[in-house]
Amino acid sequence: MLYAILSTFLLAAAAPAVHRLTGRASGWVLGLLPAALFVYFLSFLPAVSSGESIVLAWPWLPGLDIQLSFLVDGLSLLFALLISGIGFFIVTYAGRYLEGDRDLGRFYVIILAFMGSMLGLVLADNLVAMFVFWELTSITSYLLIGYNHENADARKYALQGLFVTVGGGLALLAGIIMLAMAGGSWELSEILNNGDVVREHALYLPLLLLILIGAFTKSAQVPFHFWLPRAMAAPTPVSAYLHSATMVKAGVYLLARLNPSLGGTDIWFTTLALFGAVTMFTGVFLAFRSTGVKKVLAYSTVMALGTLTMLIGIGTETALLAAMAFLLAHSLYKGALFMVAGILDHEAGAKDFLQTGGLRSALPVTAAFAILAALSLGGVIPLFGFVAKELMLEAVLDAPSLGGILALLAVLTAILGVAVAAIVGIRPWFGPKVDTPKTPHHDAPVAMLAGPAVLASLGLIFGLGPGLADEGLINAAAASVQGAPVDGYLALWHGINWPLAISAFSLVAGGVLYWRWEQARRALAWVDRAAEYGPEKGYFKMMDGLVALSEWQTRVLQNGYLRYYVIVIVAMTAGLVGVTAQLFDVGVGGLDWAALKIHEVAILAILVASMLFAVLTRSRLGAVAALGSLGFTVALVYVLYSAADVGITQVLVETLTVILLVLVLFRLPGFLNLSSTALRVRDAGIALVMGGMITLLILSTLDARLFPSISQYFIDESVPSGYGRNIVNVVLVDFRALDTLGEIFVLALAAIGVYAMLRFRAEDRR
Amino acid sequence: MNMHSLILRTAGHFLLPLLLLFSVFLLLRGHDEPGGGFIGGLVAAAAIVLYLFSMDIQSARKVLRVDPRDVLGVGMVLAVISAIPGVFRGEAFFTAQWWEFTAPLFGEMKLSTVLIFDIGVYLVVIGSVLTIMLNLAEAED
Repeated sequence: MLYAILSTFLLAAAAPAVHRLTGRASGWVLGLLPAALFVYFLSFLPAVSSGESIVLAWPWLPGLDIQLSFLVDGLSLLFALLISGIGFFIVTYAGRYLEGDRDLGRFYVIILAFMGSMLGLVLADNLVAMFVFWELTSITSYLLIGYNHENADARKYALQGLFVTVGGGLALLAGIIMLAMAGGSWELSEILNNGDVVREHALYLPLLLLILIGAFTKSAQVPFHFWLPRAMAAPTPVSAYLHSATMVKAGVYLLARLNPSLGGTDIWFTTLALFGAVTMFTGVFLAFRSTGVKKVLAYSTVMALGTLTMLIGIGTETALLAAMAFLLAHSLYKGALFMVAGILDHEAGAKDFLQTGGLRSALPVTAAFAILAALSLGGVIPLFGFVAKELMLEAVLDAPSLGGILALLAVLTAILGVAVAAIVGIRPWFGPKVDTPKTPHHDAPVAMLAGPAVLASLGLIFGLGPGLADEGLINAAAASVQGAPVDGYLALWHGINWPLAISAFSLVAGGVLYWRWEQARRALAWVDRAAEYGPEKGYFKMMDGLVALSEWQTRVLQNGYLRYYVIVIVAMTAGLVGVTAQLFDVGVGGLDWAALKIHEVAILAILVASMLFAVLTRSRLGAVAALGSLGFTVALVYVLYSAADVGITQVLVETLTVILLVLVLFRLPGFLNLSSTALRVRDAGIALVMGGMITLLILSTLDARLFPSISQYFIDESVPSGYGRNIVNVVLVDFRALDTLGEIFVLALAAIGVYAMLRFRAEDRR
Repeated sequence: MNMHSLILRTAGHFLLPLLLLFSVFLLLRGHDEPGGGFIGGLVAAAAIVLYLFSMDIQSARKVLRVDPRDVLGVGMVLAVISAIPGVFRGEAFFTAQWWEFTAPLFGEMKLSTVLIFDIGVYLVVIGSVLTIMLNLAEAED
């Protein structure tokens, strides 16, 4: 499992080289990995569909209870199969769709890294690991939406998607920390068995709300739905993968995953069912009145995400079964339809349904599979979409409360859904031939047809034989969402009942709406004006506010005077330390003056003399030299107390600091006395306060010893477990290696910062 | 900023290889005696800076052969990579792994992820110091 996740990242790193080596075939070659992963995940199927769940763990930071652990059960396996299976088609598809693009190598890097993050997210058992993968999907998705980085819109909407999802991620982080506190573990597999404890916990409400914000932003629920259609600035393979089949479902995955531990309460039901239902209707409504190919598909994805959220909220057995069936059905038809949208763009140059018509003779194969997928979208018998929709309607009609409003929204959605399916499945292919921007000379290449063909056909196969999907995985997935085995099953024919009647009615009503599409769109033109006051407006207002705030605080805090920076830092430190010392009533011990030795007095005298000289001299070079002497004397102190390593380091750092200052000195203007006496007195006061504070702090640490010192442990363990006699070094590179890693990272960052300051200023001036 | 000092130039020529060797010596013996990646890195960086003072920036860059920013990056990568082998042995991330073997000529040798990590630190220190120093020196011209 570890190797499976890691392999995607390794291949991502190697992708540009592979692309260069294999050229035109690169999509097929790189597609081998997702295909292999799909087969690998299939090998878990027998165990999982018999109801097992498998936990695999590798220790990571045992001291912090963080381990890299994976949980394979029905839900995560369903997602893993979708991600790797559709991933295969996307990679091969992109190889042809973006053929000749100079950044194709870079594209492979990000899309493979995204696939790895997504697999990690759905398979992770540890909450921290899950969160890391969650954020990785946000970041990789940002890079993918902004793939056409020379286009200002692509950059803007990539940033918008990033802000919304990462902002939600921040809430999620707080939420999962509380969840771990409430559930008493960082492992999902344990938290899920602890549902009652979590639901009774005092933190239940805040943690639920925070997690919901995380899930709703990621899965584009109202009022955060605006970022998803904007993310269509990405190349089509990305939209097909991220914004239909995988990433946007991460929020839904999270809700489904946590259902056994958070679900079942009134607030869970009300929030999820209401937000889900409203999102569902908003999505399909906006899809109906859009004309852009990808926009229609994007809004219908919003519809699907809303439906899933609503079903998980309803939480009955039928609802959960419906949710899993709908999830599978949607991934299949939406993946196929997005790839068809790419074909329309690639072969006919059409990005808008109004530009298309009568293309069935030019693109016969594409048309056939597009219609098949659209039938599933519309929920027409005998496609798998029909099975899922029937179950969905049944679940909504049986909902424990809010029945009326949910049913109304569901029926309206079903009607508009049929109309949207007609727009996708009829408009481009039938009717009079419309002149497309490009005249298609031939149907799409095999690499681009494989995905729609297989995905759309699976929709038909699972529709005719729902047991195939059911016994295979859907039942196990619903069981892991419910936290208990599921008795229900999927069937194509449920007899003549209300859901069937609604389906039939929505087919007719939806057909009429499609017939009157032009008029309906015109009648709905007011929505555009209303949308100007929608949530996206709020987003832009917030961003403007954020920029204004940062400008203000930069003006105040970073005014360009080094003096003020130092004052702020020093005053803050002294103030915080002082207050803390007061609060905790830190005592200050006395000193044993008699133990002072003569050489120590001498060193102290040199220290004080160098310090005074550095402060009082009027020559810069003199001050630098005095500081150097100060540093070397401190090194002497270290050596005296047998900290040889620290002493050597101090000497070297002092040397380099002096050199650094000498390099800078040349660049400074002549020595001028610009500050008034009053200012200098103030500065001296601040310096004295800081110095006094540090002195007191050191004196108090001599006295206070709250814990036994860890030094003895290091001294004892250095040779047996660290194999080294230099304790300082063993601590640095072995016992505390993670700290050192952090330190060298800071060092590297500082160097890059200096580099940027020097270089970019020089460029500005030019 | 050539100092035009014959003594410094001659000394710089001779001291550079000696100091670099010394820095590697410090790096390798660091686990048992005073030294280590940080100190070794500082010595190596100081050696190049001395050369920079005695000659000029072009020759300092030439003697370094690679851009200090690349040294920095390679160092970070090495430090991170050294954390990973432990995971494959079923131990925690960053657990040190040791390999002991007997090599001809050298006798018994010990290699470890700790050494890789220390080399990473060594390179990061060299890279950071020289990125700052060389660019400051260049900005001055």
